[in-house]
Amino acid sequence: MPAVPRSSTLPALALRRVRRFAAPVLGFVALTALTFLGLLAITFFIGRVVPIDPVLAVVGDRATQEQYEAARQAMGLDRALVVQFADYVWQVLQGDLGRSVSTNRPVVEDLARVFPATLEMATIGIAIGVALGVPMGVWAAARQGSWTDQVIRVLALLGYSVPAFWLGLVGLAVFYAGLGWVAGPGRIDIFYDGIVPPVTGLLLVDSLIAGDTGIFMNALSHIALPAAILGFFSLAYIARMTRSFMLDQLSQEYVTTARVKGLSEWRVVWIHAFGPIRVPLITVIGLSYAGLLEGSVMIETVFSWPGIGNYLTVALLNADMNAVLGATLVIGAVFIFINRISDVLYRVLDPRSR
Amino acid sequence: MRMLSRDWYLDDAPASRLQANAGRFYRAGGLLLRNPLAVVGGAIILLLVLTAAFAPWIAPYSAVGQDLSARLLPPSAQHWMGTDELGRDILSRVIHGARITLMIVALVAVISAPLGLIIGAVSGYFGGLVDKVLMGITDVFLSMPKLILALAFVAALGPGIENAIIAIAITAWPAYARIARAETLTFCQSDFIGATRLLGASHGRIILRHVLPLCTSSMIIRVTLDMAGIILTAAGLGFLGLGAQPPLPEWGAMISRGRVFILDQWWVATMPGFAIILVSLGFCFLGDGLRDVLDPKQGGKS
Repeated sequence: MPAVPRSSTLPALALRRVRRFAAPVLGFVALTALTFLGLLAITFFIGRVVPIDPVLAVVGDRATQEQYEAARQAMGLDRALVVQFADYVWQVLQGDLGRSVSTNRPVVEDLARVFPATLEMATIGIAIGVALGVPMGVWAAARQGSWTDQVIRVLALLGYSVPAFWLGLVGLAVFYAGLGWVAGPGRIDIFYDGIVPPVTGLLLVDSLIAGDTGIFMNALSHIALPAAILGFFSLAYIARMTRSFMLDQLSQEYVTTARVKGLSEWRVVWIHAFGPIRVPLITVIGLSYAGLLEGSVMIETVFSWPGIGNYLTVALLNADMNAVLGATLVIGAVFIFINRISDVLYRVLDPRSR
Repeated sequence: MRMLSRDWYLDDAPASRLQANAGRFYRAGGLLLRNPLAVVGGAIILLLVLTAAFAPWIAPYSAVGQDLSARLLPPSAQHWMGTDELGRDILSRVIHGARITLMIVALVAVISAPLGLIIGAVSGYFGGLVDKVLMGITDVFLSMPKLILALAFVAALGPGIENAIIAIAITAWPAYARIARAETLTFCQSDFIGATRLLGASHGRIILRHVLPLCTSSMIIRVTLDMAGIILTAAGLGFLGLGAQPPLPEWGAMISRGRVFILDQWWVATMPGFAIILVSLGFCFLGDGLRDVLDPKQGGKS
């Protein structure tokens, strides 16, 4: 393709602008598609290759040779691995993830039913993480070396060292059993269950649509603790990264210039130094959001939260491989998607990467 | 000059390779000792190693011996951390659990770090198609959620501590491959590599003897920083019943057993958690300190 000349006419300029945005978008699509294919290869590998003999798992070890062969052919395992993989990709593209052995429903239906619960919790978690983590990181950087800085640093490091399931158990013991501030495990009390019509699947939103404040308050007191714990983990990551970005900016000469000009410290920190880090922060927040979907596996198990994480662990314990692989695939796909989106946002928003 | 004196270590013109290496370690060690966080972290890790090595002599009771008349006793002078539902002393189990944690951490590091190093170095050294294919695979693994991937692998392999270690190692290597590749790219065009090639060294020899040693310091930092995550993942697998199996005193599995008693006998689930936090924090501190010392261009920021 010929390079666009410097003295370009208006259409050429427009073309250049389109190309500037098109290149990252095209790269985004291609890379995302390739990564999804890789993800499918991994789940295929886990499901069909790693178990010693998937046929034996179905027919049991007392089956005769004929029964074994029949099952093997029925499962399509006598074909070449490449053919099996192509078949698997085709099935997934059509939205067929197989049938769950334990619920006896298609895995896709199960996942669609449980996903909103996870989404609701992770979204409140990330909101807490951003609302507290960013100011804490900026604050720590602005007072580098002070005791506030040390406290925030240790708090952030604790977020890397505390097991989520342990924090969940301790939280339940203290705030539910001890102080009685929040409701116990589960998403809602049993006598409120299934009253509001599911519009979005997000219980907080649905109860507001139905105008039932009693259910809203009950759901809120159920979600408060697990969401706060998820929020703590994203807070730790976001505060740590914000602090590191801010220290980078605050050591630059333009900050000194701004201070010499006599601007207030608040203006220097929040307008001058904070401005340039907003774009990298978007990436950090995106990664943290994706990480919360993963972190919710442990939290949901502890809180019996009927989300995708709980679904995955129940399936694991029942050796329900279709459900395990389906949940892995969906969490992986969402994870990759958020990763890629924040990557491409970074490229579009950051003027230096053009 | 006398060996092992300060001057011998800090000599500007080392006479042997041994002296040069010793001098490098001496300088880095000095810097590390002046970093308070690194000292605290190092002390915690040392404590872990000593506890693991001398567990049977330190632990006041057996880790598996049951005493049903002493079930679920709260922390006291006899049982500092209380006892669990089978009357086993929790402190003794936590002490023995240090061995399992150390073993998991060491095995994951021994499997995944060299794997990542070699893939990354080969990828960066040869470039071209090899690089594209290897890094493509690495990126797919890197963009997957680690815990979920480990869970799925354990589900297929079957529960157990060996399979948990394999699953964690499978999810840990891609980050190391990325680092090794980046490091390799910065110096694979250097003159000393070209000179070695002119001397007739094979690709394998160049990678093993000249490229890999230069990647090790950034690798050590990254592995240390990753240790906390590895411990948490292993404990998580244990908690879900997919890692170490009872009666092994693995910390995550112990928390899982104590889950039933959390509301009345809080110590059963809480105590092993403190051990996990302490060790993970230790690795975080040490990793941060190592980064400040060995990698000055990134150090001092976080």
